[in-house]
Amino acid sequence: MTASVRLDSVNKIYAAKAKNPIYAVRDFTIHIEPGEIVALLGSSGCGKTSTLRMIAGFEEVSKGAISIGGREIHKLPPAKRGVAMAFEGYSLYPPLTLRQNIAFALKSEKLGSAETNRRVEEIAGLLELTRHLDRYPSTVSAGQQQRASLGRALVRKADIYLLDEPMGQLEPQLRAVLRGRLKRYLREHGLTAILVTHDQTEANALADRIAVMEGGVLQQFASPADLKEKPANLFVGTFIGEPPMNVYRVEPQIFNGRISLRARGEELFGYEPGTIDDAVVSLLERRNALVVGVRPADVAVSPLNGARGATAKVVSNQWIGDQTHLESAFGDGVIVATLDNRFAARAGEALAVDVPADKLHLFAEDGTALAHGRSLASGGAH
Amino acid sequence: MQHMSTGERVLRGILIALALIFFLFPIFWIVLMSFQTNAQILRIPPSLFFSPTLENYTSLITGQLKTASGVLTLNFMQNLFNSFILSTASVALSLVLAVPAAYAFARYKFRFSEDIAFTLLSFKFAPPLLVLLPLTIYFQKIGLANTYFGLIWVYQLITLPLILWIVRGYFEDISPDIEHAYRIAGHSWAKTFFKISIPLARPGIAAAALLSFIFAWNNFVFALVLASADKQPVTVGALAFVTASGIQYGQIAAAAVISITPTLALALFAQRYLVEGLSLGAVKG
Repeated sequence: MTASVRLDSVNKIYAAKAKNPIYAVRDFTIHIEPGEIVALLGSSGCGKTSTLRMIAGFEEVSKGAISIGGREIHKLPPAKRGVAMAFEGYSLYPPLTLRQNIAFALKSEKLGSAETNRRVEEIAGLLELTRHLDRYPSTVSAGQQQRASLGRALVRKADIYLLDEPMGQLEPQLRAVLRGRLKRYLREHGLTAILVTHDQTEANALADRIAVMEGGVLQQFASPADLKEKPANLFVGTFIGEPPMNVYRVEPQIFNGRISLRARGEELFGYEPGTIDDAVVSLLERRNALVVGVRPADVAVSPLNGARGATAKVVSNQWIGDQTHLESAFGDGVIVATLDNRFAARAGEALAVDVPADKLHLFAEDGTALAHGRSLASGGAH
Repeated sequence: MQHMSTGERVLRGILIALALIFFLFPIFWIVLMSFQTNAQILRIPPSLFFSPTLENYTSLITGQLKTASGVLTLNFMQNLFNSFILSTASVALSLVLAVPAAYAFARYKFRFSEDIAFTLLSFKFAPPLLVLLPLTIYFQKIGLANTYFGLIWVYQLITLPLILWIVRGYFEDISPDIEHAYRIAGHSWAKTFFKISIPLARPGIAAAALLSFIFAWNNFVFALVLASADKQPVTVGALAFVTASGIQYGQIAAAAVISITPTLALALFAQRYLVEGLSLGAVKG
C-alpha cells in the first residue's frame, strides 16, 4: 500500500496570462521514497500548502508532473489518486459524531461493520480519542476535532498520506506524545507521508527529510541533521534553528597564515594558522567579502580576563528553564549564545566570545553556502 | 437571562400583547368576517357578536355566488388549484436550476461570474409592469400567453433569483475542505455535491424554497396580465368578488382564509424543519 512520490518541476501559477503572473510554487522537484516521511516546512505563504493541495488534486498543477508509485496522477480527480488527507481546518462533517466521521472515510472501502469498527477503535486509541468518539464536532475542543480529522485520514488505506498542520491545535504535552505515536504508526505500517508544517520541532521529530520552502521555491531538501549542519543557503541557515543563527557580513584578511574575519575594520573572529582547513582558506583568499553564520549553541562565552576571542557586551541574560539565552553587543550588531547551564553575567558586563573554526558557516554574499566547518559546501566551491 | 423587576416584566408583557394585537387583529377580523353575511359585516357599529354562517365557504366551494342581482358562477376552486400548480412548479423548476447555479457561483470564480449573478438578482429590482407589456406581446405571438408553462416561466423572475442568492450564501458558508475530505475518500464530484453539499445547505434551500413559494403564491400582477380566467391564481381570482351589485366582503374574507392556509401550513412545517437544521440524514452511514 505504500508508494513513492515524485514531483517534477511542479509549478503553481496564478493569473498566468496577466503581466505579472504569481508563482505560488516554482519548479518544485522532490522524489520521496516509499515509506518515507517528508515535511514541507516554511513560513505561511511559502507554497507548502499549495504543493500539498496539488498532490491531493484540489489545485491544478500549472506546469510539471506528479506521480505516485510510478503512476502519473496530476490530471486525475482526487478520488482516483489513492491519497488520504488530514485538513488544517479539520473539515469534519458537522452532523456526524467523531466515530461516524472517522468511519465515513471507510465507506468507499465497503468493509463490514465489525471491521470498520475495529479500525476506528484502533485509530481512536492511537489518538486518545476513544472517550470522545460519540460526541459531535461542535461539542469537542479544537484539538479533539483536529485529532478526529487526523484519524479520518489515517484510518483509510491509501498510497500516501497528506497531513496539513496535523498537530497545530494540540496542547504541547499531548503534541509530544502524539508525535511519537504518529511516527511509530507510520513506520510500523511503512506508510509514505507528506506533512506540511511551520513548526520546526514537529518537522524534525517526524520527518526523515525536510523540504524547506520560501517564496514558492524549494530551498533545500535534506535530513533534519543536514539542514542544521549543512544549510544550502543563508535562508535555510537562519530559518532552521531556534534562536536563529547569528549572521555577519565580513571581509577576510589573511596575514602570515592568520585569518581574521573583520567587519568595518574590527575583528569579529580570528584564527591562528592551521586551525582552518586549506581548502577553506583558499576559498577565503579568493573572496573580498562573505557572510559568516554562527549557531548560538556554538558560541563559546567566557569571562574577559585573558580568554581568547573578541569582546562583547552583555545586553540581556535570560534563563528559560533549561537554557541560558545570552544576548551581547558584538561588532556593530549583536551575538546570541545559548548555554546549557546558568551563566552569571549582568547587562553591561564585557565577555570574550569565540567560535571554533569547525563551527563556522560561510556563505557567499548572494546567500549560497560555501563551507560548513571543515568541509566545503557542495556546489559552493566555485 | 438577566434579572428583571416585576415592573419590567409587566411592561414587557403589555408590549408583547400590544404587538400581537396589532399584527394579528386584521387576520382575526378577516376570519370573523368570513363567517358573516355581507349585511352583518357592513352594519354600524360593527360587533363581535353574530350568528356564524358557512354560506361564504359553501358558495366558494360550489362556485355559486348569490348576490342581490342573482347567482354568479365562481372559479375559486380552479383559482386555488392554479395557485398551487403555478407556485409549486415554479419553485420546483427554480430549485432544479438555481441550486446547482448557486453552488457554481459559490465555489468557482469564472469569468463574469459576479456580473451574471448580479444580473440575475437585478431581475428583482425591475418594476414588473415594465417587463410585462413587451412580455405580453411576445407571449401572445409565440402562444405562451394563458398557459401554465408560460406563467411558470415568468414566475422564474420571482423565484429563481431569490433561491439563487440565499442558497449561494449557504454554500459559501460550507468549508470546501469538507467536500474535499469526501472526494479524496474516493467519491466523484457529483456524488459529493449530492451527498455532502446539498444536505449541508438543506436548511438554506428549505428557507429559500419556502420564501419563494410565498412570493409566487402572492404574485398578482404577472398573472393578472398574462392569464385569463381558467389559469388565474387566487390573488387575481379574488377580483371576481367585486361584482356589479357590490363587493362581497364575506366571500373575500373566506377566500383569503382559504388561500393563506397553504402558505401558513407550509411556514409552520418549515419552521420546525429549519429548527431541526443541520441533519445530514442522507449521508448517515
